[in-house]
Parts: sequence; structure tokens; C-alpha cells
Amino acid sequence: MTSTTDEIPLSTTAERQAVTNGGVAPEKDWVIVTRGLKREYDMGGEIVRALRGVDVAIRRNEYVAIMGPSGSGKSTLMNLIGCLDTPNAGEYWLNGMLVSGMHEDELARVRNKEIGFVFQTFNLLPRASALHNVELPLVYAGVPGDERRKRATEALTRVKLGDRIHHRPNELSGGQRQRVAIARALVNTPAILLADEPTGNLDSATSEEIMGVFEGLASEGQTVIMVTHEPDIAAHARRVIVLKDGMIESDDRRENFRAKIHSTGGASKIGI
Amino acid sequence: MPFIEAVRLALAQIRVQKLKSFFTLLGVTIGVMFLIAVISIVQGMSSYMENDFAAKMLGVNTFTLRRFPWFGDGAQSEAEWRQWVRRPRIYHSDLPLVTRAVPLGSRIAVESQEFLIAATQWARPKQVEAHAVDGDYFAIKKYDVASGRLFTNQEADLGAPIVVIGDEVAKYFFPNLNPIGRDLRIKGIPYRVIGILEKQGSVFGLSLDRVAIAPYNSPMHRFTNPRGDVDGIMVQAPTPNEMDEAMESVREVMRGKRNMRPSESDNFFMETSASALAFMDKLKTIMTTAGTAFPAIGLIVGGLVIMNIMLVAVAERTHEIGIRKSLGARRRDILRQFLVEAATLSTMGAIVGIILGIVLAKGISMATPLPAKVAPWSIVLATLLGTVVGVVSGVYPAKRAAGLDPIAALRKE
Repeated sequence: MTSTTDEIPLSTTAERQAVTNGGVAPEKDWVIVTRGLKREYDMGGEIVRALRGVDVAIRRNEYVAIMGPSGSGKSTLMNLIGCLDTPNAGEYWLNGMLVSGMHEDELARVRNKEIGFVFQTFNLLPRASALHNVELPLVYAGVPGDERRKRATEALTRVKLGDRIHHRPNELSGGQRQRVAIARALVNTPAILLADEPTGNLDSATSEEIMGVFEGLASEGQTVIMVTHEPDIAAHARRVIVLKDGMIESDDRRENFRAKIHSTGGASKIGI
Repeated sequence: MPFIEAVRLALAQIRVQKLKSFFTLLGVTIGVMFLIAVISIVQGMSSYMENDFAAKMLGVNTFTLRRFPWFGDGAQSEAEWRQWVRRPRIYHSDLPLVTRAVPLGSRIAVESQEFLIAATQWARPKQVEAHAVDGDYFAIKKYDVASGRLFTNQEADLGAPIVVIGDEVAKYFFPNLNPIGRDLRIKGIPYRVIGILEKQGSVFGLSLDRVAIAPYNSPMHRFTNPRGDVDGIMVQAPTPNEMDEAMESVREVMRGKRNMRPSESDNFFMETSASALAFMDKLKTIMTTAGTAFPAIGLIVGGLVIMNIMLVAVAERTHEIGIRKSLGARRRDILRQFLVEAATLSTMGAIVGIILGIVLAKGISMATPLPAKVAPWSIVLATLLGTVVGVVSGVYPAKRAAGLDPIAALRKE
């Protein structure tokens, strides 16, 4: 699949409303559907309502950025989407499975099979080689050693690190480390690639390089969800969801998001 | 995560932190080392007692009629000891009675010994273990000559002044000479050396080659047992089955001769290798209990050290645990990883301890007369014990690691 950005089918607002309102399991085509997702924290007696009912619907192959200032609940939403946390209320469907309400070990399984994480701080094991880092998800999936090495090498080759597989993270540049992390995220062919501030620790040139990698993956049909607070980075995605105070403020195509930034003269107006 | 993967991971972790791992292992290593050494020495002693001591000192199928036991742990009280020394002695004149009582084909000998000064013109006077014996003494003791010959019956009956000497006696009193045909003076009386015994070795560091054996009827018995009594009458039954029968017969004639009432208990003792070894079992129990208490403390301390180190490891590797959890590690994967790591550490410590323990046991047996024998089951036990200590001390840290919240763990650098 080498279609251009414009040809990628983006879900429309009407479609999204339809799927988030229906009380039944969404069709397979919808990778992520949340209905009235709520998450509250008890901070020493004070209840912090991080998410107050979020409806998100993301179709397969979409490339979505989730934006919002700190405290908007975007990290909480990312943790919920990434199955690292469970909501207090609401439904979360991931790839046709009702994830909300699953217990710990089932969530671990879902993380292993359906989600590929890319973190701001890379989160690679410092003492392990790039190959071993990429193998890790396969280890927990129970893939035998030979196949593991083969698939990990393939994944590293895919992010153009085929010649660096035995290097440790401290022997790699920031951009290379993030590419190792991307290879690790992709090695289990997950339903979604979930990136949390993937360029937060990188200089602008390297950031562009990494965004290029995401671009390529998205155009190959990988569903990518990126959490960021940088409008420039978010503008790489085809659809931008903006959160504010635990609610969705806007959810629109990139073109409209850009127009909004320009028309209002900067990020400040959209709460960033 | 498969078990083998967890082991590989644990080994890699240990390799990375060699020095820390070494100190972690120390407790278990020392514990296991002493455990192996103690068990080896107890085992060595008991097999030595059973195989060498019992056979050399007491003989097979053999019992010795004595006033009271010679081997063993002695009188249990002052009163018992006083009772023992009031018993009538065993005399040479009891010999015909015993000879008539025992089954046909039994070997019988009197035994009578004393440490006496011997001398020749080639060496300074020195103590030897002088024996005055008769009958089948050499056959019962399985003594054979390396050169020369044993007594003939006539010589024994007549009490000819002749001796058969041990290897050490020969070497000391007759340096670079052939002792056969030469005289050895014991208490001033010359005895002609007619034979030299084969080398017997030693029991607990006591040489068995310092003997000079003369016929009972020779002047020797006046010195070994001046009162006319003997140390004991040795009887070797022809087969193991006839041993009890022989002992019962001897008990009967002795009680009869001494006019004992049925209510009285025996005022003599028939010592067998079993009765002599009974005390060895007691000793073994004491040594094993005392000897394992110290290693047990080592193992407990070792376990605590491992627990402590694992807790530190969990704290240090919280971020790693977060990463692993985000990649799909389940609770039990993390639990297993840390359990296997603790068990691997501890088992390695045990293996090092086993090697050092064997070296220690061998060292002790070389430096002292204590024999050592490494029992294969003790190696298996020690390895198992090491693993168990690791697993037990790893449970709590591993549970802590497995229960970490992935988000909080990821956030911690």
C-alpha cells in the first residue's frame, strides 16, 4: 500500500458518532472505540477527574494525534488506550475486544499482542543489545528462539538498523534508539502503534527523521496513535484529537487543525 | 516466558554484576561448604569404623569375652564403673570351659596386652605393644607374616621365648638389619624374632604396627597380666549364623561357673563389632546434629542476604520491570524471572560451596587422622538446599516486583 495521504480513508464525524453511541460491539473495522470513558484518581482524599467521559473512535489505518496541554488527560487516555490502566467507567473496545473490565494478566496479553509502544524516553533495556530489546515482546508471546531472532532482525532491518543489531542502546544515537523502539513496537504486528511524545527527547532534524518513519508506517497501513503536545508534530498526523480538562475539545482532519492554528494565530487559542 | 529464558536472563544478570553476585553467594557458599565437610567427615568416620576399625580391632564373626566393654562410650555413671571393676576377672583357666562350649570349628584365642619397654643393641629402648597370645589369635586377627613364620603349636604350648613383631618394631629396633633370628629384649628377657607381620596401617592415627606378639605360655604373660588373668577370650564363630549360638553357650557356661542366680545380670561382657559400633551411631548423631547447626545458620544468613540483594535489585530495576510489563510480561513472568534469578544465584553459591567443602574435607583428612568420604547424596542435598534457599528468599522480592503498577514503574528512572 503506497497510497498518498489524501487517499487514506478517514472516518467522518457522523460515522464516529454512530459507533460510539451504539451499545453493541463495534465492527472489526474500528480498532479503537471508547464510550464514555472516565478515570478518576484519589490524590490523598482529593478526587482528580482526569477523564470525564471520552468518546473516541479510530478506524483501522488511521494516523491520529492526541493533543492537549498538561493536565488535559492525554496521558491518562494514552495509558487507558495502551491497556496499562483501566477506566473507572465507560467501555473500551480494542480490535473487537472489550478491554475495559479485563484483569491484569489479560491486559498484559493484549499489550503484548495488540499494542506497540513507542515512548519519549525510548525505554530500552540498557544492558541488552538492540536485537534482544526487539525480541522481548516475542519472548513474552512465547515465540521460540530461532523465529524470534529472525523476526527481530527483520523488524530492525525495516527501520534501517539491520547493521546495528548487536549494538547496545548506549552505542546508538537518539534517533537510532527510537528506531529500535519502533522496531520493538512493530515486531509483534500489533493492531495499533501507540507513541507517547516520540520526539520529545530528540533534536528537530532527528524528529523529522522519526516522523518520516511513522509516515511510512502509516502509509503502509499501520494504525498509528501519537500523543504529543507539539502542534508541529501533531500536524504530521492525518487527524488530530484535542483534549482539554478531561474532555474532547475537537476531533478533526489535519487540514482543519492547521487552518485553526493559522487562523487563531498560534497554539495558545486551542489550549496548548 | 519459558523457564530456560528466565535462567539465561538470570545468568546474564549475574555475569554483569560479578562482584555483587559473589558477595551475595558468600553466605550460602560457606554454609554449604561446612555442610559438605561435616557430612563427609561423619560419613568417612562411620564407614571407616564399620569397614576398617571393626574388622581390624575386633574381627569378623568374632566376640571377645571380657570383664567389661573396652570399646564404646564407657561406663554411663560412676556407680556402673564401680560395679564393673568389682566383677570377677577372666582367667586363662576359663579357656577350656569356653572351648568346650562353642560350636565346632570356632577359633579361640586368649588376648593379653601391655605396653612394655623393649630394647636391642641397635636402638634406644622404646615402648612396644606387647601381646601374650595363644590358640588361633593370628587367624582371628587375619594377621599374616611378611617374612619369617608364626608360632608352631609346640612353641605355643611350651612357651618358647619367641616373638612375631610388627613392621614399625622391626624397622626401629633392627635398622638396616634382617630381624629374623635376632633377639628383641622385652623387660630384659630376650625373645627370638621369628616373623614380621605385614604392615597393618593405623586406626585414628594409632599405629597397629607397634606390636610384639609372644606365646601366652612364654614369660611375656607375667608382664602383660601379672595376676594370671587375661584381657579377654576371643571367639570367632565359623559362620555368622552360629555367632549367637556361640555367645549364648559361652554366657551359659560362664554363669554356671560363677554360680549366678537367674535374677542376676551378667557380670561379664561379650564385645562384638556391633556393640563397639553402637557408640559410633551415637557419636554420628551428635556430630551430625552439631555439625549441621553451624551450616544451617550460614544458609539462613545466606538466604537473608539473597533476599536483601533481590529487594535492592527489584528497586533498582523497577523501570526495567515497567518496560517488561508494558511489552506484555504478566505477573507470573516477572515473578518467575526474579525467583529464578534468586534460585540461580543460590544454586551457584551451593555449587561453589560443594567444591570448597570437598576440598576442605580432603584437607582435613590429610592434615589430621580424621578420615573423610564425600557422600554423593550430600552433594545432591546441598544443591537442592541451595535452590530451596534461593526460592524461599526470592519469594518476597519477586512478589513485590510482580505486583508493581506498570505506569508507576515506567515513570521511575
